[in-house]
Amino acid sequence: MLYSLGISVLSLARLQFAITTVFHFFFVPFSIGMGFVVAILETVYAIRKEEIYKKMAQFWGKIFLLSFAVGIVTGLIQEFQFGMNWSNYSRFMGDIFGAPLAIEALLAFFLESTFVGVWMFTWDRFKPGIHALFIWLTSIGTMLSAIWILAANSFMQHPTGFTINGHTHRAEMTNFGQIVGNPQLWRVFPHVILGAFVTAAFVIAGMSAWALLRKQKDEIFFKKSLRFGLWIGLVAAFGVIIAGDFQTQQIIKDQPMKFAATEGEYKDTSSPASWKIVATFDTKNHQVKNEISVPYLLSLLTYHQPTGAVKGMNTVNQELKQKFNHNKSKSIRNIKNYYVPTTTLFWSFRFMAGFGVLLFLIAALGLFWSRPKKDTLARQKWLMYLIGLSVWIPFIANTCGWLITELGRYPWIVYGLYTIADAVSPTTTVGQLIFSNLLYLVLFTTLGGVMIYYARQTLHKGLDAIGGPTATAKSPVTSDPFAKEAFS
Amino acid sequence: MSALQFVWFLLICILFVGFFFLEGFDFGVGMASGLIARTDSEKNTMLDIIGPHWVVNETWLVTAGGAMFASFPMWYASLFSGYYILFMLVLTGLILRGVSFEFANHAETSRGRHIWYNFFVFGSLLAPLMLCIIFFSMIQGVPIDANGDARLHFFDIINWLSLVGGIAGVLMSLIHGLNYTRLTTSGVLRDRARKLNRYLYPLLFVGEVVFALLVIFQTDFFTNKPVSSAIITLLIVLMSLLGAWGVYQDHEALSLVGSGLSLAFVVILIFNGLFPRVMIATNPAHSILIKNASSSPTALSIMTIVVCVLLPIVLIYFIWSYIIFAKRIPSSKKVAESR
Ligand code: HDD
Ligand code: HEM
Ligand code: HEM
Repeated sequence: MLYSLGISVLSLARLQFAITTVFHFFFVPFSIGMGFVVAILETVYAIRKEEIYKKMAQFWGKIFLLSFAVGIVTGLIQEFQFGMNWSNYSRFMGDIFGAPLAIEALLAFFLESTFVGVWMFTWDRFKPGIHALFIWLTSIGTMLSAIWILAANSFMQHPTGFTINGHTHRAEMTNFGQIVGNPQLWRVFPHVILGAFVTAAFVIAGMSAWALLRKQKDEIFFKKSLRFGLWIGLVAAFGVIIAGDFQTQQIIKDQPMKFAATEGEYKDTSSPASWKIVATFDTKNHQVKNEISVPYLLSLLTYHQPTGAVKGMNTVNQELKQKFNHNKSKSIRNIKNYYVPTTTLFWSFRFMAGFGVLLFLIAALGLFWSRPKKDTLARQKWLMYLIGLSVWIPFIANTCGWLITELGRYPWIVYGLYTIADAVSPTTTVGQLIFSNLLYLVLFTTLGGVMIYYARQTLHKGLDAIGGPTATAKSPVTSDPFAKEAFS
Repeated sequence: MSALQFVWFLLICILFVGFFFLEGFDFGVGMASGLIARTDSEKNTMLDIIGPHWVVNETWLVTAGGAMFASFPMWYASLFSGYYILFMLVLTGLILRGVSFEFANHAETSRGRHIWYNFFVFGSLLAPLMLCIIFFSMIQGVPIDANGDARLHFFDIINWLSLVGGIAGVLMSLIHGLNYTRLTTSGVLRDRARKLNRYLYPLLFVGEVVFALLVIFQTDFFTNKPVSSAIITLLIVLMSLLGAWGVYQDHEALSLVGSGLSLAFVVILIFNGLFPRVMIATNPAHSILIKNASSSPTALSIMTIVVCVLLPIVLIYFIWSYIIFAKRIPSSKKVAESR
């Protein structure tokens, strides 16, 4: 009965994967970006010795630590859920997925988790230059961890450096260099990292904008933070767009189905091709229903010139069928169609790219109106609210990006080699999965809510949140002079 | 079995030893904070003595998991999918205690703080309990099919050995955490920790005897490898005695080494008994063996090189990070000043 409702081990395992990674990936770019930005701030302090930069590093450092804490605990689930929910996948991919994951732990997680602990407890014990080194090591750790996990993910998008063992039917590593040098990886990594910088930049700018709108004290502090955030945001948003273009070029070649779906093209286009701004789809009959489109733009985006046709999903589907219907694996031969969830991909791409451009514009306008010579930003209330709202935008953009990447790979878990349906654990039951999905959902909503609540509270306290000059990021006792009397 | 396969089996054992030695006292401090810390500032001290270290201690588990995936994917797949619900509870425990460090600092009201203090205690109890139940259930032999999939029934997971083992593991962690508290604090917390350990050690010795008997009857450890199993079991007890002696002599470092090593030998007992298998099936033909469970030789050799290069560096800064915090914290004093 459950099955007829579309509830199966497979669908629940997929749902769980989506919930847990999306949630993890709210905090990952947040931490990567914030770690980097705080490291810059503390370095500026170490060089210029201006107290305000120390305050900035400490205040935004508190927000960084909040995100880091939730990032770590949600990462734990990621580490184990391949075995728990995708045991056949783990058997198939252990050679290739396991290695980056283990290296990530040894190289990156140890680095970041050792030095984040050292950093948060030693503000008053080391010279600023040395102390800044600790946050740099943490930040480098987070970026290294992104490289290795993306190496694993890139293999799944574009397998290289392996052979299939005819005996065990497992993927086996033949060339580690190719796994690390996967062209997919080096196109994904800049985009993801820049996306992380965008995230941190607009969190800082946006939270500062709210503080200014509330007319909190510490106006100078938040003004400076706002402009600092916008500068990082401007550069990173520009970068993310360029890097996104490189990625587009890669998927046109590698995964044409994904590309056609993000553009919502069922039939081959004419040349020059026009770009759909909005459209609705009849995914059953493979029809585009309503569309508004701009002429030439799709050719421009695809080939960087005003001509050129784009292959539609119907054609790609036929090509893929041709390619795979003699495959040795029965479950691959049984795949009837290669269509991917078009509506989701189409809109995810529109939101992600649209937000990228919007954020760039917001940063540019904000910087223009707050220029030191003639700072009138406070009067542009609408823009201040927009900057405030842009706290949330990078999170949506990041999620949309991953939806494209991951759903656009359907029905493969490892592109061209292994299907999602084969990957799931044969032993888990619907009951177990419903239980775990509910548990994670409750846990995540609570954690996310609490984190947002404390971040907001920290913002409202402003610089009081960092306490006295020697205070570390710890211990409410420290910030409460009456603590001893009150509690002991 | 190739030399590399053996090396990786050993390495995973070492990673779990490291995890139980280090995170063992983190869990213990967590549980102990519910028993010996009364005021908010005492509870904070308990959070602070492991504050800089707990994440990296937990990383030993993350690394063990990653290494298991990389070197023995068949083991990783069977173990984690087989013990699905229990691992989920382990994760829940780790998540709840993990966030409580950060969140307790942000809580403004005493009530808010107490929520996180309680999660800290609860998570620190749940995670080791479930982990030990998993391990002690696994070593008795479980139903595994030819594909390596483990389909466990309730009594495969919950039985005498797994329950006694689980409780013994929790007790050992608690004692270990109290020893760590004695070493890192001064004042009332240190005194209370010592006093509590005086009661707990006798309990532990009873537990260890029952545990040893159950291992003898419920597993094939003593029939397959009587000598080594007996020696290791003896070492577990001896190390606990060493710890108890340290309590009696008021020598904290000795106690900490004793309680840590007794946990370490429990892990070693398990791995020694498993060898040359990684999962024991009720039908011996389906037991998963080291020689069949591993990744390809190429993957293993690359991983070995990586470990040889990275591990020494990691160990150096890891130990350094403990050295710089090697100063006692008073039971209720401003942390920023005392460090
Ligand atoms: C702040 C976040 C952010 C922003 C503003 C953008 N992206 Fe993005 N995008 C991501 C964050 C992201 C991501 C979360 O980092 C993804 C998911 C997987 C990946 O590689 O990066 C991603 C994936 C992703 C993919 C899929 C790659 C694949 O499946 O291999 C493409 C084609 C683009 N992006 C292109 C763009 C373009 C053209 C953008 C702007 C105009 C853009 N992205 C803005
Ligand atoms: C780099 C690390 C990642 C790996 C190895 C990875 C791997 C996987 C796997 C194994 C699945 C399940 C099979 C499937 O349904 O396709 C999946 C699906 C998915 N992942 Fe990823 N993923 C990674 C990162 C992410 C991130 C960061 C996000 C989101 C923010 C994400 C979002 C999703 C979504 C939405 C699905 C689809 C679930 C569904 O099928 O309905 N992934 N990915
Ligand atoms: C689905 C695959 C993934 C797994 C198995 C995974 C695993 C983990 C684990 C275990 C942690 C905690 C680390 C610790 O104990 O120190 C963690 C945190 C982290 N992960 Fe993931 N992760 C995944 C997806 C991703 C992706 C896609 C990225 C980046 C692009 C990423 C980057 C990070 C970073 C930077 C951290 C540390 C910062 C923080 O905790 O917020 N992870 N991850």
